[in-house]
Amino acid sequence: MEYRIHFGDWITSGLDWISANLNWFFEFLRAVYLGMYDSVNWVFNTPPVLVVVIVAALLALLARGWKFGIGTAVGFLFILGVNQWENAMDSLSLVVVSAFLAVLVSIPIGIWAARNDVVSAIVKPIMDFLQTMPALVYLIPAIALFRIGVAPGIFATVLFAMAPGVRLTELGIRGVDHEVVEAGHAFGAGPARILRQIQLPLAMPSIMAGINQIIMLSLSMVVIAGFVGAGGLGGEVTKALSALDKPLGFEAGMAVVILAIILDRFTGAFGNKRAKALLGGLFNRLPRGGTPPGEPTGGSDNPEAISDLVDENRATRAAP
Amino acid sequence: MTDTIALKATGLYKVFGKHADSAVRKLQDGATREQLGGATTAAVIDASFEVKRGEIFVVMGLSGSGKSTLIRTLNGLQPATAGTVEIGADNITGAAPKRLRDIRRKRMSMVFQHFALLPHRTVLDNVAYGLEIQGMPRAEREEKARKVTEVVGLGGWEDKHPSELSGGMQQRVGLARALAADTEILLMDEAFSALDPLIRREMQEQLLELQATLGKTIIFITHDLNEAMFLGDRIAVMRDGRIVQIGTPEDILTNPANDYVEQFVQDVDRTRVLTAESVMRKPRAVVHLTAGPHGALKAMRDEQMSGVYVIKRDRTLIGWVSDRACLDLVRNGDRNLESIVQSDHGAVSSDTALSELFIPSLESALPLGVVDAKNRLIGVVPRVTLLATLGGEPDAAREASPDRDPIPSHVVDKALEVAIESGALKVEEVD
Ligand SMILES: Nc1ncnc2c1ncn2[C@@H]1O[C@H](COP(=O)(O)OP(=O)(O)OP(=O)(O)O)[C@@H](O)[C@H]1O
Ligand SMILES: [Mg+2]
Repeated sequence: MEYRIHFGDWITSGLDWISANLNWFFEFLRAVYLGMYDSVNWVFNTPPVLVVVIVAALLALLARGWKFGIGTAVGFLFILGVNQWENAMDSLSLVVVSAFLAVLVSIPIGIWAARNDVVSAIVKPIMDFLQTMPALVYLIPAIALFRIGVAPGIFATVLFAMAPGVRLTELGIRGVDHEVVEAGHAFGAGPARILRQIQLPLAMPSIMAGINQIIMLSLSMVVIAGFVGAGGLGGEVTKALSALDKPLGFEAGMAVVILAIILDRFTGAFGNKRAKALLGGLFNRLPRGGTPPGEPTGGSDNPEAISDLVDENRATRAAP
Repeated sequence: MTDTIALKATGLYKVFGKHADSAVRKLQDGATREQLGGATTAAVIDASFEVKRGEIFVVMGLSGSGKSTLIRTLNGLQPATAGTVEIGADNITGAAPKRLRDIRRKRMSMVFQHFALLPHRTVLDNVAYGLEIQGMPRAEREEKARKVTEVVGLGGWEDKHPSELSGGMQQRVGLARALAADTEILLMDEAFSALDPLIRREMQEQLLELQATLGKTIIFITHDLNEAMFLGDRIAVMRDGRIVQIGTPEDILTNPANDYVEQFVQDVDRTRVLTAESVMRKPRAVVHLTAGPHGALKAMRDEQMSGVYVIKRDRTLIGWVSDRACLDLVRNGDRNLESIVQSDHGAVSSDTALSELFIPSLESALPLGVVDAKNRLIGVVPRVTLLATLGGEPDAAREASPDRDPIPSHVVDKALEVAIESGALKVEEVD
C-alpha cells in the first residue's frame, strides 16, 4: 500500500467547493477591492506628477523634518526619471488598499486576542501559519477565488501581511502596565472605556510598529503579486524576469526600494512626538462626549469641604 | 447599628493558582499555608474585620504578607476565593460587573502602591479621572481637580505629565485622584512608601487633617509600624496571609497577641504612640478643697508626699499644695486651704503623646497630672513611670527625681497635735 496524504487534493477540493458555493461572496469582495483600488489609484494618478511629488514632500517635511522632505522629493523624481512613475503609483495604491484592509482586520483580532485567552490560543497558530507559508503560495488560492488581476493581489497581500498587526496589537495591549489598567477598574471604568482610554493609547507604540510591519510586508507582497497580473512595479519585475531585461529589472527594483524606504519612514514617524501629539489629541478628544446621558453625575456630598481646605492651606502658608 | 460600619469583611480568602477552592477547604480544616504545595499561594487567609465609618483602619505586615491582595479583594480587583465583603447593603463579592463598577465609582477609590497613573495624561487629567468616569462635565471636574491638586501641594504642575514628576509627586497625584473622586471609602496601598521622610510625615499629617475635615473611611496599608501607629485608629497586623491581631495602636503595643507582633512592635517609637492616658497611674492621694490644710497635711504624711493635687467635688483640678505651706497654715490655725493652692500644676490632657510629656514632667513639682476634656484629674504620670516606659532603669529614674523630700512625719504629727490642743482642730478630723 502506498503511503500518501492527499493534503493538496483536499485543499483543492475545498477551494473548488468554496468557489462553487460562495462565488457570490468572492465576486462581491472582488468588486469592493477593485472599487477601493480604483479610487486610491485615481488620487495618485490623476493630478500632475509634480503636484503629487510636492504634496508628498510637504507631508514628509511635516512628519519628520526637512531631510525627509528632500529625500522624498529626490526619491520620487528618480522614479519619474526611470520612467516607472505610473507603475509606482499603481503599486502604491495596491499597498495602501491592502495595508488598510490588513490593519482593519488585524487590529480588532489583536484586541480580541488580548482580552481572551481562548481566542489568543486559536489565533496564534493561525498567524504562525499565515506568516511562514511561502508568499507565492497565497497566489494560488487567490487566483482560484478572484481570477487574474488586482483583486487576487490584494487578497493575497492582506493574508500575508496581517500577522504582525495581530501579534503586535495583542502584545501591546497585554504589555500595558497591569496596575494602570487596575486603576481604571478601581475607579469604575467599564471595559470599553479602559480599552479606549488606557489600553489602546498605551499600546499605541506597539500597534504602530505592527502597522509599519503590515505596510512593509504589503509592499513586498505587492511585488510578488505581479505574477498574478496585479500590474505596477511587480508587473515590471515579472516582465524583466521572464525576458531577462536587466535595465528594466533594476529600474523597477530601485523604484520598489525607494517606495519602501519612504513608506517605512512615514509609518515610523507615527511613533514620534509630532504624530503622538496628533494621535494624543485624537484620543483625548474621544472621551469628551463619552458620558452616557442617563448617568448620574458627581459623587460629591460636600463640595465645599475641599475648597475650605484649600483656603485653609493658603492661610497657613501666608502666615509668617 | 449597621450604618456605623462602612465595610465588613467576613472569612475572606484569596488563593492564587490551581485548585483554589480545595485549598480554601484545606485551610479551613486547619492546614497551614506551607502545606498547600508550590503551585498554590494563599495570599489572604480567613480575614474578618469591620471598618467603622470615619475610621482609619491600618493593615500592617511584612512584604508578601498579603496586604495588597487583601485590599484588592475589598474593591473586587481580585475576586475573593471565599468569604464576603460588604459595603453598606452591597456585597462586593457577589456583585454583577455593572453593579461593581457603580460601587467603585461612587463609594470607594484607591491609591496604588506603584502610583498607577495614566502616563499619557496630564496631572490634571489624571486627578480628574475618577470624576470623568462618574460622568461629571469637563469644566466642573477640571475645577474640582484643580482644587484637589492644590490641596496635595501640586499647584502649578497641572499640565505636566507623570513622567516629569518625582516619585513623591506622582504619589500625590495618585492621592489627589482618589480624593477628587470624593468617595466615602479610600483604599490606600502603601500610599506614602515612595515619599522621603519629611514629605511623608507632612502627608501623614495632611491625611489626618483631611480625614478630620471630610470624615472619610480610610483603609491604609503600610509595612511601616510607626506610620501605622501614627495614622491608625485601629491596626490589623498580618502575617503570612492571616490577620494575627486587630486593635488600637496602644493595644498592639501594650498587649501584643503573640511573639510575632511583639517582635514587630519592638522598635516602634513608643513615645509617639502611647499617650499620657496609657501610662498614667492613680494618684497616691488627692485632696478635696474642703479637706482644709489639716486634711491635706495628713494625706501627705500618710503617703510620704511633699505635695498633693487639690480638686473640687467633681474632680476638677484646681491646683496643688505643698506640705510646707500646709504646715504653716496649720501652725497659724488657718483653716482655709484655698489661699495656698498653686495653680501652676502643668497638667496635660489625656491624649498627649509621651514625647510631649517630658518637658512638663520636668517642670512639674508633683508627678505630672493628667486631665480629661472637662479638666477633671484622672491620673498622674510619675517621672519614674515615664522613664520606665522607655525602658530606662527605674532606680536611676528615682535618683533623677528632683522631688523635694516630704517633711518628716514626726514634725507633721507634732503640728497636728498642737492644733488639736489649741482647739483649732477636732480629733475626728485628723483620724
Ligand atoms: N497575581 C498573583 N498571582 C500569584 N500570586 C500572587 C499574586 N499577587 C500576589 N501573589 C502572592 O501573594 C502573596 C502576597 O502578596 P501581596 O502583594 O499581597 O503582598 P504585600 O503584603 O502587599 O507585599 P508588599 O509589602 O511587598 O507589597 C505573595 O506571596 C505573592 O507572591
Ligand atoms: Mg503590596
